[in-house]
Amino acid sequence: MFYRESGEYKTDYKRDMTLYALPISRFSVGLMVLLFFVAAPLLLGEYQLTLLSLVAIAVVGALGLNILVGYAGQLSIGHAAFMSVGAYTAANLVTKLDMPFLLTLPAGGLMAAAIGLVVGIPSLRIKGIYLAIATLAAQFIIEWIINHSPSISGGVQASIEIDRPTILGWKLDQAVELYMFLVTIAAIAIVCTQNLIRSRIGRAFIAIRDQDIAAEIIGISVFKYKLYAFGISSFYAGVTGVLYTYYLGIASYEQFTLVVSIDYLAMIIIGGLGSILGSVLGAFFITLLPIGIRLFMENVGSLFLEPEALASIISQMRLIVFGSLIIIFLIMEPEGLNRLWINIRNYFRVWPFSY
Amino acid sequence: MLDVSNGGGESDAILSVRSVAKSFGGVQAVKEVSLDVERGSIFSIIGPNGAGKTSLVNMISGFYKADQGSITFDGTELIGKRPSQIAEQGIARTFQNIALFHGLTVLDNLMLGRHVRMKSGILSSILYWGAAQKEEVEHRKRAEEIIDFLRITDLRRMTTGELAYGLQKRVELGRALALDPTLLLLDEPMAGMNQEEKEDMVRYVLDVNAEFGTTIVLIEHDMGVVMDISDHIVVLDQGEKIADGTPDVVKADPAVIRAYLGASHLQD
Repeated sequence: MFYRESGEYKTDYKRDMTLYALPISRFSVGLMVLLFFVAAPLLLGEYQLTLLSLVAIAVVGALGLNILVGYAGQLSIGHAAFMSVGAYTAANLVTKLDMPFLLTLPAGGLMAAAIGLVVGIPSLRIKGIYLAIATLAAQFIIEWIINHSPSISGGVQASIEIDRPTILGWKLDQAVELYMFLVTIAAIAIVCTQNLIRSRIGRAFIAIRDQDIAAEIIGISVFKYKLYAFGISSFYAGVTGVLYTYYLGIASYEQFTLVVSIDYLAMIIIGGLGSILGSVLGAFFITLLPIGIRLFMENVGSLFLEPEALASIISQMRLIVFGSLIIIFLIMEPEGLNRLWINIRNYFRVWPFSY
Repeated sequence: MLDVSNGGGESDAILSVRSVAKSFGGVQAVKEVSLDVERGSIFSIIGPNGAGKTSLVNMISGFYKADQGSITFDGTELIGKRPSQIAEQGIARTFQNIALFHGLTVLDNLMLGRHVRMKSGILSSILYWGAAQKEEVEHRKRAEEIIDFLRITDLRRMTTGELAYGLQKRVELGRALALDPTLLLLDEPMAGMNQEEKEDMVRYVLDVNAEFGTTIVLIEHDMGVVMDISDHIVVLDQGEKIADGTPDVVKADPAVIRAYLGASHLQD
């Protein structure tokens, strides 16, 4: 009913290979653009826009991590460290060289990519859980280095304050301006990732994930492409770090600890490994989960609990719900929210028939 | 058709293996094997289990590094090259146990087979504009030709994990063909197939050889197939070459009969 592909005939390969080949997908993309670029800034208040801005930043990070973990199959639990590299690169460039935002954004990404390439080198020899431990080491080493070198971290507090971003003279100091900018970046990141995955490079990533030996035999240099995956993924992470820094107005290593790495892994696991929609859904889910819990507890929990008890429970609830959700998803739906969506779509695709 | 004469094929050998050896720990898997594969021929390697056939093919495709000897393809030394570099030379192979990319569709598997023939880098891939898009479309055409050739048009959008065993083997052949190889190494392409699937596969192998002029190196246990379609056969036993010649010559060779059936059959 909603998702019909019959009756859509393509007469050449070029048209068959466009990103949004079906009318329904073009329609949904249009709807999303309308929703996030027009409706949201008009209808939502400042607080909601701030939340959506956070989601937009998380989308970029989750996409990057999904390229590495979901598509190329290389486990990394040091991703927050790459974000911190981007964050401090941008903060230092702004405070020391007074560089404009449009330069610090890619600079932060590139610096993170360079560090990511170095961290990716062990992936030639080690796989799976062993590689995860190596990236964990990278997380701690990078955190330590930033924390202990005042020239990078900017002194005792290990934090650098920066001003709101300015693009070609236009200062993004309103919540709605910042939101528009961040959601544009997120949209660009989504399209870039879609392109990457459907072309030569992305296919090679998936080949390495599925069968690394066969990939090498058909002519994919496995080492080179693993490094590509680390580089591209870290670039996304670096950009995430830069955006986050501008969003908060401060670069602080506390924003990029191991817990954040785990949060991002949770996003792509709950969203769906190896899925772009999954990265987006996961970013929404994990970013908004604490707020949802608080709203729920304030409205429902206040019926049973004293206000003081409530406050202490809310802070614990997040961890409990978070942990149980990951377990539930791993058992019930290992392919995440993306698979749930596909199931729903496939149901309506042939509705009202069963197949 | 190609006129293939036996013996002295060195004048036009596309692949020359010279006293190649490989041992794993104390086991000598391949001992001093030499052979020449004539351009455009169907060349079979046979032998009992553990004879070193797959090890030999693995050395040609660069998956194992030979301990000694030389392997030249069109005059280029292959030993020391990485498998991906060897693929770039135009050598494709299939695997004894299927090694398809199960997360991808048949079409994408074939497009991956064309990886070395494509060029777009990271940036152009991300933008997917102009040259990168043109390249994708162009190579899609060739992938579709192979899909037509192997008669798997209805499967193109299915992920390979969903396919039946025989079809997976066919898709794997397709992925190897997508590289436009000059030399195709087939490691037991008919293993585990029923009679009908086997006949289909033989037909495809013959067609590839005749239509594309691809030289084929075949490892196969089905003697009927091997004797029927091979231009030249090499027999390995316990890592050593025990016979080398046309099917008729090999069939009559006492050493081959001894290896396959045991010595007592010779006295009968």
